Amino acid sequence: MNGVAMHIANGIVNAQVSAVAAAVAAAALAICVWRGRADLDDRLAPMAGLVAAFIFAVQMLNFQVLPGVSGHLLGGTLAVVLVGPWVGALCVSTVLIIQCLLFADGGLTALGLNITNMAVIGTAAGYLLVAGLLRLLPKTPRGVAVTTFIASIVSVVVASQAFVLEYALGGTTQLSLATIAGSMAGAHILIGIGEGLIAAVTVATVARVRPDLVYALRRFRNARPAVTPATKTVGVQA
Amino acid sequence: MKKRLGWFIAGGLLVAALLAGVVSSFASSSPDGLDATARQGCTFDADDNITGGTCMLQQEQDHQLKDSPLADYGIKGIDNEFLSTGLSGVLGVAVTFAIGGGVFWLVRRRGHHEQKSDSAAGSASA
Repeated sequence: MNGVAMHIANGIVNAQVSAVAAAVAAAALAICVWRGRADLDDRLAPMAGLVAAFIFAVQMLNFQVLPGVSGHLLGGTLAVVLVGPWVGALCVSTVLIIQCLLFADGGLTALGLNITNMAVIGTAAGYLLVAGLLRLLPKTPRGVAVTTFIASIVSVVVASQAFVLEYALGGTTQLSLATIAGSMAGAHILIGIGEGLIAAVTVATVARVRPDLVYALRRFRNARPAVTPATKTVGVQA
Repeated sequence: MKKRLGWFIAGGLLVAALLAGVVSSFASSSPDGLDATARQGCTFDADDNITGGTCMLQQEQDHQLKDSPLADYGIKGIDNEFLSTGLSGVLGVAVTFAIGGGVFWLVRRRGHHEQKSDSAAGSASA
């Protein structure tokens, strides 16, 4: 039985910090809708629906990372690569909201915390890495897969530490922060590797079948020749 | 072109439905990284009740919607775990695509840019 809760439950972080996180999440989502609309055309909209549905499915697939500890994909980096940062954050939020309201996973009071950590901070971290790495790595299925793998690991660990910060500010129990930070980071490095593998395989598959549907490939291909104020001769040529 | 996108989306949804509907029953049932951290510091008996120590889990409160018919990724009233988990997963994929895709479709940028098909312009504005 999957009696396992996947996200932050009610009561773990106090009401004040949860309320602040809810406000942060609401503001971030509003910005994402505003900026995301520029990306959302007739092709990206159904693709974004698919990405959300896929993330929902894969989040159900807990994999063992340590004896007695499992993990599941969060999906921020996968979403960034396929549909871009703004729409990607909205995809992860959609999943979290449906999981909370329909599947009673992740407390209603804690929804802002979960969205802030996984949809906003996790996605933002994934985006920064993807944007940076795709300047160095080739825009091929393999290049984008390696990018996705590395960015996923960092994104998951950063999201896990966002929880540690929230717990430090409003945790309802007296526990050693160092211990919590350590065990969250340790578990989530391994979870990040698992997520990185799943996301990389997914992205590489889409990049082979329909490269035009991979936001990161499309976007960076167009952006590259357009803005080159001082082009240095980069010695990487195929 | 439009048709091929439709096929891609359909194929992707089929994969998601298989993952959520079938593979999910073989997922690990160990607590995830967050849950494991929340349990750290407490001792548990065979029925998973806290028997001592200090951990985050002691402060956990019930979910407001814990009586939802789909709570905990199962369908209330279906005793077969494989069916219950699988069907709830497929339902979740369908609902996520319908709500997510629906909202994205409604807020999308209507095509003055490089979009040529103006045929769907008369869609509902409700």
